[in-house]
Amino acid sequence: MEEIATNKNTGKPLETQEYFINMGPQHPSTHGVLRLLLTLEGEIIHNVEPHLGYIHRSIEKMCEKDSYTQIIHLTDRMDYLSSHMNNEAVSLAVEQGLEVEIPDRVKVIRTIISELTRLSSHQLWWGVFGMDLGAITSFLYGFRDREMIIDIFEETCGARLTMNYNVPGGLMFDIHPNFQKGTKAFVTHFKKKLPEYDQLLTENVIFELRTKGVGVLSKEDAISFGVTGPTGRASGFSNDIRKHNPYSAYTQVDFNEVLREEGDSYARYKVRIQEMWESMSIIEQLIDNIPEGDYKVKTKAVIKLPKGEYYQKVETARGEFGVYIISEGGKSPYRLKFRSPGFSNLSALNRMAKGAKIADLVVIMSTLDLVIPDIDR
Amino acid sequence: MMMEQEQLKERILSIVPEAEFEEAGGYLNATFPFAKLHNLAKNLRESEDTLFDFLFCLTGVDWPDHMTVVYHLKSTIHGHSIVLKAKIDSREKPEIDTVSDIWQTAEFHEREVFDLFGIKFRNHPDLRRIFLDDDWVGYPLRKDYVDKVNIIDL
Repeated sequence: MEEIATNKNTGKPLETQEYFINMGPQHPSTHGVLRLLLTLEGEIIHNVEPHLGYIHRSIEKMCEKDSYTQIIHLTDRMDYLSSHMNNEAVSLAVEQGLEVEIPDRVKVIRTIISELTRLSSHQLWWGVFGMDLGAITSFLYGFRDREMIIDIFEETCGARLTMNYNVPGGLMFDIHPNFQKGTKAFVTHFKKKLPEYDQLLTENVIFELRTKGVGVLSKEDAISFGVTGPTGRASGFSNDIRKHNPYSAYTQVDFNEVLREEGDSYARYKVRIQEMWESMSIIEQLIDNIPEGDYKVKTKAVIKLPKGEYYQKVETARGEFGVYIISEGGKSPYRLKFRSPGFSNLSALNRMAKGAKIADLVVIMSTLDLVIPDIDR
Repeated sequence: MMMEQEQLKERILSIVPEAEFEEAGGYLNATFPFAKLHNLAKNLRESEDTLFDFLFCLTGVDWPDHMTVVYHLKSTIHGHSIVLKAKIDSREKPEIDTVSDIWQTAEFHEREVFDLFGIKFRNHPDLRRIFLDDDWVGYPLRKDYVDKVNIIDL
């Protein structure tokens, strides 16, 4: 048994008490401006209270004044690592309201770019996750290979991060002549590199000790907290929108929803690694089968959605992203709500971190894969 | 087993007879007075044949003469979805029961609605502003909110 320290003068056991510490808003492992107020006893966490809003821009209020085409541009300022999927969600919601039929070519291109975006997001996550644990190599490797995807984006739509490639009715312009060649070269390259990634961390003893059994989230809690995406799937919560409510070209492709039961940081890591394989498989199935046709359906310059409500959800790299539009028939929505995956995922942080040590909190946060603008909006 | 829309309607009507229905956004929408919310939500969450265990979206809407809190629900076991709209008549002092005891994610989402719409959630464990400063005046997502400093009008 641990010996309890005593006060030399009184002979009584030393008193202990809870204390508070601020982690962030400027902390390297919060990956953005997030402040966590920790209640600690020693280095054991009793409570984590996130303080949000450092980059709250009230995007939803701005949307009430903007046209639907402008709104798309705002969405990639939320989860900037899933910018294409966010753009797609708004485009799909508007198309749902306009009742336009989208050409197959657009659906396939959107799906390929979505999966490339997911890959680049997971690559970046893998890199910073390693770095959070003290492995700088993974950071450099992750960014090196991500660069190939970013180059494809740049060639296709001119932007590297905030892409805005989607417009209501299709795409802003057709794919670049090099698109298929570049994408195939990337997949070939990354198929060789991913096992190396995996080996670098997965079988490392230190890595396994720091992630296995750390930050466990049960399936019941995952559902109750609305934890979606790879984080929810690592707890056994089947929530992949691509499977449950398929959109774009996801009905045409064969892929698995990656599920694990453990719900710990290691499971979340493995789910994302496996998802990278699935994404590459989806890209391979589609890249040689892009149908000919138009890249856009002509829509009016000023889009007015008929009076009514529209809800569209897509699977971003972080989970379920929802767009809820209430239209009164005007050129701007009466009310627009973004259901961002990060906000719900963060709400489970306290549950996951209770009883863990401060160093574990860094691991848990990293496996949640938080993007702060997505939470603050 | 997935319940058909008609069955869901009947179930809701048996708990809240004054509920009104419409189809919008691909979901069945049920609108009812806010006082009925907690009882209905608890029932839909716990009944074996409905089991709405996943609250995937919670938000508020400010209408000219009333406010609504909108709950998007899904059952991960049965696969059916529904949208509940609790109507609050008062725009001056809107209050509604919390559902954070039923779905834990509601705790954060209700704080957001409180912060931006000023709707008070009764029995909420920790009702504070979540994005804005504690001394912020007004509720930005209300239609009559005017901010002279941070102008958003184009």
